[in-house]
Amino acid sequence: MQLFFLLEQVVNGLVLGGYYLLIALGLSLIFSVGGVVNLAHGAFYAIGAYISLEIANRLGFGAAVALSPVAVGVLGILFERFILRRFYTADPILSLLVTFGLALVAEQAIRMIWGAAPLPASMPQALKGSVILGDFLFSRYRLLLLAVVAVVLAGIWLLLNKTAFGRVVRAGIQRPDMVAALGIRLQPYMTSVVVLGVGMAALAGALFAPIAIVHPAMGAEIITVAFVVVVIGGLGSFWGVVLAALLVGVVRGVTIHFAPAAGEASMYILMFLVLLFRPRGLLGERIEKFE
Amino acid sequence: MTSTSEKRRKVLKAGAALTGAAALGFPAIVRAQSDAIKIGHLTPLTGFLGALGQYAQKGIQIALEEINAAGGVMGRRIQLLSEDSVNPATAATKAQRMLDQDGVAVLMGEINSASAKTIMQVAARNKRLFMQIGARSDVLRGADCNRYTFHVDIPVTVMVNAAGIALARDGLIKGKRIYCLTSDYLFGHDLSKAAKAFIAANGGTIVGDELTATDATDFSPFLLKIRQAKPDLVATNLGGNQVTNFVKQYSEFGLPFPVAGFNLNTADAWAAGEGNLGGVWPTVWHHELDTPGSKAFVAKFRKIHGQPPENHAWIEYVSLRIMAQAMNETKSTDTEKLIAYFEKEPQFDLLKARKGYFRSWDHQMMQEAYPFSVKPKGQAKDKWDFLKFGSAVPAADQPLEILAPTKAQSACKM
Repeated sequence: MQLFFLLEQVVNGLVLGGYYLLIALGLSLIFSVGGVVNLAHGAFYAIGAYISLEIANRLGFGAAVALSPVAVGVLGILFERFILRRFYTADPILSLLVTFGLALVAEQAIRMIWGAAPLPASMPQALKGSVILGDFLFSRYRLLLLAVVAVVLAGIWLLLNKTAFGRVVRAGIQRPDMVAALGIRLQPYMTSVVVLGVGMAALAGALFAPIAIVHPAMGAEIITVAFVVVVIGGLGSFWGVVLAALLVGVVRGVTIHFAPAAGEASMYILMFLVLLFRPRGLLGERIEKFE
Repeated sequence: MTSTSEKRRKVLKAGAALTGAAALGFPAIVRAQSDAIKIGHLTPLTGFLGALGQYAQKGIQIALEEINAAGGVMGRRIQLLSEDSVNPATAATKAQRMLDQDGVAVLMGEINSASAKTIMQVAARNKRLFMQIGARSDVLRGADCNRYTFHVDIPVTVMVNAAGIALARDGLIKGKRIYCLTSDYLFGHDLSKAAKAFIAANGGTIVGDELTATDATDFSPFLLKIRQAKPDLVATNLGGNQVTNFVKQYSEFGLPFPVAGFNLNTADAWAAGEGNLGGVWPTVWHHELDTPGSKAFVAKFRKIHGQPPENHAWIEYVSLRIMAQAMNETKSTDTEKLIAYFEKEPQFDLLKARKGYFRSWDHQMMQEAYPFSVKPKGQAKDKWDFLKFGSAVPAADQPLEILAPTKAQSACKM
């Protein structure tokens, strides 16, 4: 019985990992291509959640989940075009500062527009409740969330590995100078990657709004987790981030099973161990421009 | 080009000055007449209690306008210097600065128990009055009590007793298996201690007792454990917005066991969303309280802010009125005179059925509290309306002190 309970935590952890993945993958992509650690990534997650509430109140939940990432994607174009683009080749400390500052500005802007008090968000009644699959208890809503994550993941993988767009992006990660020498401007690709990244963060915000509290500091809360996942997975590795996100979810669940008070600390301990034994991260690739 | 760059520099400078001012937090009113009575007010406006602090400021502002419109105190205006207390260290620094540089007569405010503690130390060191309005930890009025601090909000023990009495009456404690979930910080531990004492004294058994870090937003692993434990009641000792996260996810998983909790602020309940909240909880005040005083205050607040006041708005409103009354009756702003006045246990109107008073030996406001449950779906009038009041505790024929720790239980020595 004890083993069954533990297994149930593992399965639940995988589901939670899927949600971490949605945020971490965008962060990892933007870093891989632009060399910028986007500390404002959490802000897009928060804005995504708030915009989804506005849309949900008018057009319903489905429209909110579909349109909020699009709206945030448009913000992403402006963000890339007018801010991020200036920092690809600059000292990394500058991009850290500017994205960190932007995160603070965004949080305060949310406070001014929507107020400091957390906002209510509910899922459609039909998605509430749990289902039992093979003796394991699942929240119906989270199963749906997992399905959405799987579809997005497959889409991103196909885009990166099976299209001309993906070839340029992957080449750009390794040798931007060579891509330029071939006469390809990387900038539009970079804009697309940022839009994809922040769009995924917004999708995560919209999907998680009915589960967790929607408040101005929600972005600051999630960025740490996303960063930890990227570090554990290894920079530049698609599957590394996938593996790390699932691992962080599972390790958290198992830790809570045995030592609940240490639940939130578990991912940091995991990161510490990974950095100790595999500084490049689990599946981290060698990226020439960062060596 | 020079002119553009100069212009740009100016814009940058102005921007920097603005940001700096925003970070430091401007006092709400900068300078008024020199003969005004200055009161220093600190409350968290950012961080996990920031939402409650904004209600606090709105509430105290209404009291301030009323008092000044009615001629002030002893013919002098009250001037309120209200700032973000940020964190315990900043709270203490700002309190000291308000006393030294701004010349405030007394200090008021707080919601965060840890910040309240550091301001209490500043008050004691400077021998100046601090009316601690909204922090609820038992320790503040227990082992850490001092003669310069008066506490308005109900302490943790009273919250546990208020909800506990209703739970015991509903048959959810005696002989029942109870699963406790507690926020892992000062306030949560305080709640948990009081809750366990109440459950043990009333014949319940604790079958699970878990701590959760305050930054946890996902409770699913805990929900699985609760399902495995199959308790008769889930009792939460969670702080801040953790309560909201927990009830939302509990409703998401649709577990069948009744939930109750010993801490819930109205703002957290509002944030839960319709149909997500259930169970029995305690509150110190709610905007549907049926007394003339409360109705008048709620109407006024609604008119200004377009929504009903949260309990932190109410408590700040009555607190400034109490302070004004004390200064008027002692004809003084002197800390020693005010302490002597409060210790005579005069009665204050709290907009409730019964008046309240500060108990002389631990400076804790004795007042009614209320257990409440949640209106069934479809019965709420609007998005602010969720709560079904239980009758006030203590009952009308019982002394107000019976829910509070007794002198023998309290560690307070002044």
